[in-house]
Amino acid sequence: MNPLVNPNANPVVISNPGASVEALTSFGEAIKADSAGAVGGVHVEFGELTLTCPATRIVDLLALLRDNKNYRFAQLMDVTAVDYPERAQRFEVVYHLLSMTQNKRLRVKVATDEDTPVPSVTPVYPCADWYERETFDMYGVFFSGHPDLRRILTDYGFHGHPLRKDFPMTGYVEVRWDEALKRVIYEPVKLPQEYRQFDFLSPWEGAKYALPGDERADTQAPGTPPAPPPNRPAG
Amino acid sequence: MAETLDRAPTITPEPGVTEETKVRKFNINFGPQHPAAHGVLRLVLELDGEVVERVDPHIGLLHRGTEKLMEARTYLQNIPYFDRLDYVAPMNQEHAFCLAIEKLANIEVPVRGSLIRVLFCEIGRILNHLLNVTTQAMDVGALTPPLWGFEEREKLMVFYERACGARLHANYFRPGGVHQDLPPELIEDMKTWCAEFPKRLNDVERLVTGNRIFKQRNADIGVVSKEEAYAWGFTGVMLRGSGVAWDLRKSQPYELYPEMDFDIPVGVHGDCYDRYLCRVEEMKQSLKIMLQCLDRLDKTPGPVLTEDNKVAPPRRAEMKRSMEALIHHFKLYTEGLHVPAGEVYAHVEAPKGEFGVYLVSDGGNKPYRCKIRAPGFAHLQAMDWMNRGHMVADVAAVLGSLDIVFGEVDR
Repeated sequence: MNPLVNPNANPVVISNPGASVEALTSFGEAIKADSAGAVGGVHVEFGELTLTCPATRIVDLLALLRDNKNYRFAQLMDVTAVDYPERAQRFEVVYHLLSMTQNKRLRVKVATDEDTPVPSVTPVYPCADWYERETFDMYGVFFSGHPDLRRILTDYGFHGHPLRKDFPMTGYVEVRWDEALKRVIYEPVKLPQEYRQFDFLSPWEGAKYALPGDERADTQAPGTPPAPPPNRPAG
Repeated sequence: MAETLDRAPTITPEPGVTEETKVRKFNINFGPQHPAAHGVLRLVLELDGEVVERVDPHIGLLHRGTEKLMEARTYLQNIPYFDRLDYVAPMNQEHAFCLAIEKLANIEVPVRGSLIRVLFCEIGRILNHLLNVTTQAMDVGALTPPLWGFEEREKLMVFYERACGARLHANYFRPGGVHQDLPPELIEDMKTWCAEFPKRLNDVERLVTGNRIFKQRNADIGVVSKEEAYAWGFTGVMLRGSGVAWDLRKSQPYELYPEMDFDIPVGVHGDCYDRYLCRVEEMKQSLKIMLQCLDRLDKTPGPVLTEDNKVAPPRRAEMKRSMEALIHHFKLYTEGLHVPAGEVYAHVEAPKGEFGVYLVSDGGNKPYRCKIRAPGFAHLQAMDWMNRGHMVADVAAVLGSLDIVFGEVDR
């Protein structure tokens, strides 16, 4: 091994110190056995343990994880969501838990869609309040039983849920100070030039869209001079 | 006001009995442009006389949609966004993002690169605590400590500038190490600074620590018990001030921290004053880590960035001679780094608490989702119960000791 390479560097940041993949898996299976069916699946990846849970059981599961003396996940570090528009249940609500006594971290995932609310976990972890508000604000995921499900980060009177994949990065409205009206006014976004989204993905490996000119490779009329040899596979 | 008074029912007192005055609850706006709000925070305070009954923080005035913007940019283009989160200690944030990428892509960091990272993270911690400790003193009335503290901050930011070209928005850490090596003179100058800093810190401490007014304004104010700290997701000094010995550098170590010799200060009462003491002691411990890094940097030559050119660009001189290097450079700066599909949560002990990056990759050159877990967000939502029953003047002291920077709260 190269002596200049840091021996601790693999992996650089450890979420569950001293726990092997097998130990983590059996830890996850133990939770599954204790949970009376609340845990659907157990995965270990990159040294991190992930549990999946049906939305209706999330409060039971987190209460168990917090109170059971074998787990003691006393802290909820984060609640967020990930949007997968191609799925029937497009949102994955993700909870990150930390147990200081066990020195372990745990991720719990719940699937939901735009209409189905997820039970709020504020009775178990009061700090979920703002995290759930943020998830609602950004994704439009509803949390039933939340004490005060208002928007939190976006502007007063904002429409839409900006972190959804179908929300454009530029947004819909822009604001400016109007000298005549003496107040801030909202206008539709005006881009001086069309927004150009370069993804720079190599056409040799993996770009799944047609580039301008690709269609000529297929629709070559007979009798015309042959097209220059394509320098990339079409499509 | 006049209208309200008109509608108030008129009670005719019995003869000889003084009328009992009905005091209405009083709502005031604190901020968004208030010097003690540490940025753009709007607090709606409900007061009963001078006693705070309810606090409703309105955040998001600095929301820039960082997480949305990151989904449209390559990994390398995203690093500068992390400087703009907690702009008081920029490199600690970059560190978490780089660790997340390294964990997903299994990239190794050379020892020298790792040392420089630890060094600059500790500089970040001192930068942050100097700002927080001294402005907290200013929030309760002392003007001299920030003037002295900011002078030291300025010197540290010059070190930032000499390492990476920018005082604040460093953009210095890379997946696989740091961008450039440090010049030898810079290491010498840092050692000189480390020798002088204890005296400066001692000056500030002599002004503040034993100060009667500072103690009156901070001791027994904003008390947080262990259970409350757990329930509200507190991390960092907010947790340690309440007597919980938990520091990610020790308990879930990353980078070269296991090889460093340092201690974790822990508070007893969980009030603003204990948190102040923890921060001052953390600065001394950070200085100790800095000195160890500087000593080891002298003895550890070598690369500061991984030499895997699929991850890190080749050196400029190499590009002049090698076609392969040129291609790697071009690919990295257009297409960018491809991170294998998967999801990780990377966490560092930032000066304010646990700073986490939850990174979901779909195998492309841009993050599919990057959630930033800012410690200040969890701390700020505790404003309501921490302030209940306190006087309105204590709001500034509690807010100061929560150590809030709106760049990271609003993201």
